[in-house]
This record gives sequence, C-alpha cells and structure tokens, in this order.
Amino acid sequence: MRTVLFFIQKEFIQVFRNRAMLPIIFIVPVVQLVILVHAATFEMKNIKLAVVDNDLSTYSRGLTSHFSGSPFFKIRFFSFSMAEADKHLLDGTVDAIIAIPDGFEKNLVNDNRSSLQLIINAINGSTAGLINAYTTGVIAAYSTEINQTKSAITANLIPKKLNMTYTHWYNPELNYKTFMVPGILVLLVTIISFLLSGMNIVREKEIGTIEQINVTPVKKWQFIAGKLIPFWLLALGELAFGLFIGKLLFDIPILGSLWIIFLVASIYIISILAMGLFVSTVTHTQQQAMFISFFIMMIFILMSGLFTAIENMPQWAQWIDKLNPVAYFIRVMRMVMLKGSGIHDIRTEIISLIVISVSLLLLAVFRYRKVS
Amino acid sequence: MNSEIMVEARDLCKNYGTVTALDHVSFSVNKAELFGFIGPDGAGKTTLLRILATMLKPDTGTVRIGEYDAVNDYRKIRNMIGYMPGKFSLYQDLTVEENLQFFAGIFGSTIKDNYYLINDIYDQISPFKNRQAGKLSGGMKQKLALSCAMIHKPDLLLLDEPTTGVDAVSRKEFWEMLRKRKEDGITIIVSTPYMDEAGKCDRVALFQNSKILSTDTPENITANYGSVLFAVRTSNMYTLIHDLKYCPTVRSAHSFGQYIHYTDKEINATMSDIEYYLRGKGHSEIEIRQIDATVEDCFMRLMLND
Repeated sequence: MRTVLFFIQKEFIQVFRNRAMLPIIFIVPVVQLVILVHAATFEMKNIKLAVVDNDLSTYSRGLTSHFSGSPFFKIRFFSFSMAEADKHLLDGTVDAIIAIPDGFEKNLVNDNRSSLQLIINAINGSTAGLINAYTTGVIAAYSTEINQTKSAITANLIPKKLNMTYTHWYNPELNYKTFMVPGILVLLVTIISFLLSGMNIVREKEIGTIEQINVTPVKKWQFIAGKLIPFWLLALGELAFGLFIGKLLFDIPILGSLWIIFLVASIYIISILAMGLFVSTVTHTQQQAMFISFFIMMIFILMSGLFTAIENMPQWAQWIDKLNPVAYFIRVMRMVMLKGSGIHDIRTEIISLIVISVSLLLLAVFRYRKVS
Repeated sequence: MNSEIMVEARDLCKNYGTVTALDHVSFSVNKAELFGFIGPDGAGKTTLLRILATMLKPDTGTVRIGEYDAVNDYRKIRNMIGYMPGKFSLYQDLTVEENLQFFAGIFGSTIKDNYYLINDIYDQISPFKNRQAGKLSGGMKQKLALSCAMIHKPDLLLLDEPTTGVDAVSRKEFWEMLRKRKEDGITIIVSTPYMDEAGKCDRVALFQNSKILSTDTPENITANYGSVLFAVRTSNMYTLIHDLKYCPTVRSAHSFGQYIHYTDKEINATMSDIEYYLRGKGHSEIEIRQIDATVEDCFMRLMLND
C-alpha cells in the first residue's frame, strides 16, 4: 500500500508540474460549458418562410397571419408563383414554403375540409423535423379556431371542444441549457479521465521510464492503482468544479442528491479510466494513443444521447449503446439533476455501470503485462 | 551451486525475428566482482543485460542470479538487483531529489537508510537537487541514474553503458565509485563500448556478433596476445597504413591514435626489418617501438580469428 502512495504522490507532482495541465483542468470546463451549452441548441427561432397564396381569401390570410404572428416564423416572401418560391428555397433564402391552393376557402366552407402544401428544406434532417412540427402546430391551432367560429355561427351553440393543456415536467420552461449542462459535464469528465489515463502510461513507455519501474519489485496492481487513483480523484474534482460553474453561470437545477451524482460518477470514471488504460497497453506512442482515444471517444459521445435521443436510433445501435458507459451516465445525470431521481430509480444504470467498469478494468489489467 | 558465484548464465540464445542478438552465451560472475562486457554497438550487450534484469526471457538457456532462476523467480530477483538502462529512464519532470525519493520509496526504503552507498556521487549532484532531472547535463543524469539504481542497496548492479556520453573526468570518477561499491560487497556487471575501460574491471568478456570471444582478467587477455606488437609512426601516416597492410609478411595493421599497431607473421621479425621495408617504400622520420598489447589489440585479434 505504501508503494501505491508513492505512485500517487509522484503522479500528482507530475500533473501539477505540467504547465499545460492546470489550464486544462480549470479553464477547459468553463469554456466548454459557456460555449457548448449556448451553441449546441436545438431551439428554432426565425424559421424563414415563403408563402404562395393562390386563394387570397379570408381563411388563407387568417392562416398567414398566424404564421407572421408567431415568434418562430418570419415570412420572407409572398408570391403567386410556385417557381419563384422554389428558387428561394433552392438558394437558401427560405427554409420552407407554404402553398395555399386556389379554392382553399371554398373547400373548407363546403366540404369542411381543405388541404395545403408544405415544402421543407431537409438537408438537415433534425431541423426539418422541427420546422414540420412547429408548422403543423400553427396550422392545427388555426384549424381548431375556425371550427369553433363555424359551429358557433351555424348552430348558435356553445362550441364543443376538447381543450388540451400541458406542462413540461422536469424542465417546465423547456430550457435547453438545463437539458444540456448535465450532458456537457459528463463530456468534460470523460475527456479528462480518458486522456489522462490513456496518455500517461504510454508516455512512460515512450520515454522509457517504464523500464526502470519494471525492474523494481512493484506489482502489477500497485502500478495500476498508483496510476488510476490520482486520475480518478482529479476527474471527481473536475466534476465538482463543473457542477459549481454550471450552478454559477446557468443556475442549473440540482434536484437530486449530490451524493448520488458522485457515487455514480465514481463508478463511471473507473470505466473510462480502464478504457484509457487499455488504449495505453495496446499502443506504443502518445500519438497512436491520441488517435485511438479520439476515435473511441467520438463514437461513445455521439452515441451517448447527448445530442440525439437514443430512442430514435436503430435497434442495433440501441443494443450497442447498452455497452456505452457514457450513455448511462448522461441519463443518470439528467435524471438526478432535473428529476431528482433517487438510487432506486437509477438502479439499472448503476448496476450496468458497475458491470461495465469491472469488465473493462479486468480487461485492461489482464492486457497490461509488466514482463514483456 | 558455488556460493561464491553471483550470476551464472548457460547457453543463452535470443533472436529477434531473423536477427540473432545472443548466440549460445555462457559466463559466470563471482560475488563482489566488477565484471565488464566489452564490445561494439549492436554486439548484444543490452539484450544480455535486459535478460539478467529479468525484463526479457531468453529463447533458450538459463540464468541463475544468486539462488534464483531469472525466469521463474523474477520477483525475488527484482528485489536484489539495481538496473540502469542505457537510455536515461528516470522521470524528467521530477526533480533530482523527488526521483531518488520515489525509487527509494517503491523499494520500501528511504534515502537516509542507504545514503552511505551513494554519498560520494550524490554529493556532486546535490547542489542541483531541486532541478528537474530532464534539465541535468549528461554526466549528472548518469550519476542520478546510478544513485537511483543503488538506493535500495542491491546485491547486484547491472549497468548498461553507464559511461557513454559522459566526459572523461566524470568517467574516471564513475569507475572509482564502482570500485568502492565493489568493496562494499556489491557485484557489478557493466557493459561498455570503450576498450580502455576494460582495465578497470576485475574480469571482462569480449563481446562481438552476439558471442563472447573471450572471458578473462584484463591482464591475462593482454598477456595472451601471442605476437610481438609494434607501434609505428612516420612522417607520412596516410601511406603508412596502406604500406603496412600490404606488407608481404603482415599479420595485422590497425590505426591507434597517432600510431599504427603492427604485427608480423614472422615470429622473429625485428624493428629493423620493418624500418628497412618502410625505407624501401620511401618513408622518413620512422619511429618504431615494441609495445605491450592493450585490450583493444586483443579484441581486434580475436575478431580477425573469428
């Protein structure tokens, strides 16, 4: 045990002596939170519309005014020509075209139904989906409104209506930042622990210091513990610092218990450190380790549900994600911070993380051999 | 096993792919002996030391260190050896003192316990004890590396080219220090490419092309040279080496500093015979002396015979 302490002491001296390290530890989280949280937003404002109104009736104008009145839409062009509107869609001046055909009002009055056309620029699939949802929302609201007026006029009765109201639980204002900060914090802890552990042992290999360690009676577990414990502590410290910054800058809610967050984090970090260690054992230079780490991290992070919902992924991807520790931790962070989940609610995630961490650690330790 | 023997290697072979690093190497080193492996770069010295340090397994053959087998009991051996690799392998970003403390610590000892072992070299680097190891000069680095290899009081010291890249004064000090440690009872195995360092060892093994050419005391090696050796010098050194090499009775002619070392096939060739030959070739200011062979001469001779 004393040997491990000597290693821990040594690692801390080295980390803090490294001039690049302190800025990385304290500035990167602030920058990441400030930039990413604002930039990685899915909120849509100022959707640019072209309206082709070939009906020019009360109803068609009513619909148009609903769009111009919405904060999400800006009507850029009115036109009678589909070709002209197409041109605008093509050169990017508008995001979508609403085409109201001749006879829109007539059909609505006579047949109680009418149709119109919506054309969306879908180069970015998720944006297109959102535009579709917003537009359909506006049209549905208008549809309800005219129904009520119509029935009130014809039957002179109190209109029958089904009124739906809703609240967004756990994030009532649909604040995107509240949703992103927990995820970004996970990203932060992941990058720091992965790179620290992945680079460190391979660095000893590259410089040759591992030779000197290998001829000492230091045991395998002592060496690995001496490497992982300091980084584990650093990563937990980093999480605490990130949470503090998040609270300070964004006033993110932390409904659940901090203890649970740190309990799960301490299990999670082991899995990431073990992966870093594994990368270290299969590479010979820091450059190789860097490339492999980036490759692995990219996949894990893109599949983690940070930016896109895991539920929308194909079934096979969801199965792969069962092995992705990042996905579990992001889910836990969001549940605990926004929903106030307790241990019982996240037991599946905790058990999965324990299984992943232990297996990865065993794999890495097994792969790491002191005798070459 | 003889209790006076510290290291016994039998029939060691090691190949890296098609490259042979060790070819049936056998030797033994006595307790408290200063033993040198002397040979040019690429002869296999580092491979041999790495096998002795339990970092490499030989393909065939056995190594016993003390009473332990180097492959099966490597853990026990690691407690009793100090290894200094040829490449500086301490933490460059730790200071001199931190390095020493760390290596003492992982062996479960402290600097204080064994300070007497290293005090004469450590005294020289202690003015820089708060300097990071990476910023030390080459000689200082070697002294620190040696201190770190000895701080746990090993029974056997394995030093891989400890004097390569070190200035002449530091080299001399280094060897004096090794002699003192030997007197403390530590067995020391050193590898070096410098022939002139052979005389500082109790016994040397001349190493070439993965094989040991000869193992003996430096005195015996030079005494067994077996030919009369002449040092020759004339006003025209450039043609001299050529003329000597093509002398009809030449056995060997090698350039050694300012002289050419020459041996003749004729056992009773004399200085005047050589002088006569050289005058015939138009040399003037001819200086010829009969000299004792050095280890380097013996090395060259053994290589020729090989």
